[in-house]
Amino acid sequence: MNNLTWDLQLLNACAALLLLLAFAMLSQRRIVTLVYLLALQGALLCVATLLVAWRTGESHLYVSAGLTLALKVLFLPWLLNRLIRRLDVYWDTESMLNTGGTMLIGVGIVIFSFGLAQPISALASTATRSSIGIAVAVILLAFLTMITRRKAMSQVIGFLSMENGLFFGAMSATYGMPMIVELGVALDVLVAMLVLGVFFFQIREQFDSLDLHHLESLKEQK
Amino acid sequence: MEFALLLAIPLLGAALLGVFGARHFAPELNALLSAATFVAAVALAVRVIAEGNLLAGGEQFFIDPFNVFLVTLTALVGMTTALFSRPYMRVEVEHGRLTAGRLRLYHSMYQLFTFTMLLALTTNNMGLLWVAMEAATLSTVLLVTLYRTPASLEAGWKYFILCGVGIAQALFGTILLYFAAEHALGGSGIQSLLWTHLNTVKTELEPAVLALAFVFLLVGYGTKVGLAPLHNWLPDAHAEGPTPISAVLSGLLLNVALYAVVRCKVLVEGSLQSAVPSKMLMTFGLLSVVLAALFLWRQRDIKRLFAYSSIEHMGIVTFAFGMGGPVASFAALLHMTVHSLTKSAIFFAVGHAAQKTGTQMMSDIRGLVTVSPTVGWGLMLGTLAILGLPPFGVFASEFLILTTAMREQPWAAPVLLAALGIAFAAIFRRVQPMVFGETTAKRLPHPPALLPVFAHLGLVLMLGVYVPPYLADWYRAATVLIGGQ
Repeated sequence: MNNLTWDLQLLNACAALLLLLAFAMLSQRRIVTLVYLLALQGALLCVATLLVAWRTGESHLYVSAGLTLALKVLFLPWLLNRLIRRLDVYWDTESMLNTGGTMLIGVGIVIFSFGLAQPISALASTATRSSIGIAVAVILLAFLTMITRRKAMSQVIGFLSMENGLFFGAMSATYGMPMIVELGVALDVLVAMLVLGVFFFQIREQFDSLDLHHLESLKEQK
Repeated sequence: MEFALLLAIPLLGAALLGVFGARHFAPELNALLSAATFVAAVALAVRVIAEGNLLAGGEQFFIDPFNVFLVTLTALVGMTTALFSRPYMRVEVEHGRLTAGRLRLYHSMYQLFTFTMLLALTTNNMGLLWVAMEAATLSTVLLVTLYRTPASLEAGWKYFILCGVGIAQALFGTILLYFAAEHALGGSGIQSLLWTHLNTVKTELEPAVLALAFVFLLVGYGTKVGLAPLHNWLPDAHAEGPTPISAVLSGLLLNVALYAVVRCKVLVEGSLQSAVPSKMLMTFGLLSVVLAALFLWRQRDIKRLFAYSSIEHMGIVTFAFGMGGPVASFAALLHMTVHSLTKSAIFFAVGHAAQKTGTQMMSDIRGLVTVSPTVGWGLMLGTLAILGLPPFGVFASEFLILTTAMREQPWAAPVLLAALGIAFAAIFRRVQPMVFGETTAKRLPHPPALLPVFAHLGLVLMLGVYVPPYLADWYRAATVLIGGQ
């Protein structure tokens, strides 16, 4: 490992921390803390993007990093915190699975992800190819977070964490997507969150709660 | 020029209706804008047929017979649905189910939704395709929850989260595609995501990566197509939103999502040189047909019933695209057309019927034909058409698909036939008493818009007995593009 330059080592550290954060989000029940973890994940993603941008000199990655900072570190956490305060949802209820079980599944997912990413990493020519597996793991762990949670807010945070994983994956494999696509994706995420804000208030108005078990009446054979 | 108008009209329309959407003339304005979009689409189609494929906007947009046919269909059904929504939404407002603000949201988002679908169809950039598909979900989420009932909120939430997660998978698939393309094209940048460029180098794309990408793309866009087992959002979103939205979701959005899948399949098949993608499409398609046919028996809500029927028909089309070959692809395109037209006509009739009886529960709707013969017969004929009775167009396409299946995939043909039979019985036993028998319906202040219903059914009938030569040529050209030789 000594032959790695400092920037690559830092990049790998970022990747490892992203994975750690994904696990932290999986186990965290306090929604406010979940938002901080999400912001931290965004910040790490931003640092990683900056490092890659500096290393490769790809100018569009600087824009991408700026976008990540503005959207995922500052705006969305601010918006979510505001929603949490306005809607008064601080804690998630007990998840479908106990924490230990979820963690074990999480470990399984990480192993599976590295297996899945193997053929891609083998082909990639980017210096960051070793972190593709981590990106896949972050995506799938976020997916697991969404599945095991009951509160609408935690599901949304899981969704955003998945988006972070996707961006990290794009960066590790190809140094980011073309600018126009990244802008479009960022716009979609932004609009999605605004739509969600409206949506939460509608749910709240109707049910007096954001607990999703109210939203389980539409099964077959009512 | 035509092309710029095609995208500009709905986009400007969304802004315009965002301001005037609650005025008394808004429904007419909405219909007028949709009609203008349709004129632009026809002009574009004429030009593409005369001059061949068209690249526009610095290669960012690409129009060939495959997508121009869907563009025309989308614009046509968009227009007729806007015509239908005129009296429908007026009645909803008078029944007190909608406020002025929500009506404005509805009109504005209707145009925006049309814009996102047309963008998804015409873009050449696989990344923009993704962006447009996600935007199509976002523009309709608040329409599904338009009535703010508990059930509609639940449906909206399901729609948002399931399609959101699904589409995130598709983004990962797109990233993998980009990764493989960079490898083959030897450079990065915007070119590597253009479908036309990818198509020329598809044999050099790394098969291992593309196979993985296709799994993610199929799951992602397949969620939006409503393929089983990823279909959960579809019946809820269709049943709880306003009926014009059910009609465009079923008739158009599913087609657009399937279009994305087929575009991806062309690339992946070229790279893999094997039948794996086709087999995956066939499996998903057949599973959807069978599951939907079984679920049809358990439905009580009329819009849910026809939503499940959409899953069934999307399954048939997916299966046909999976079989590939000139006949099956031709039949798949024909089936997409006739399903769109028939299903939206049915939703129009269902919308009026539900307003007349004040319920969507099938057991409470009786004797439509005595109060409004046109609505009753519209629903009956639409149902017969969608069930694949001759001489309607659905019969022609299903017949072609079944006979091809017997020849090429003999194991699948009996399954398909049985599922179609089950679906037939399930739907017919429900619709028959709704149309005939003692009535529960009442008259409404605004006369229903039945022109769209019968115009659609007329077209479907025509396609059943006679496919005009230019349309057949058009389908054939598209078939070649999809890879049916």
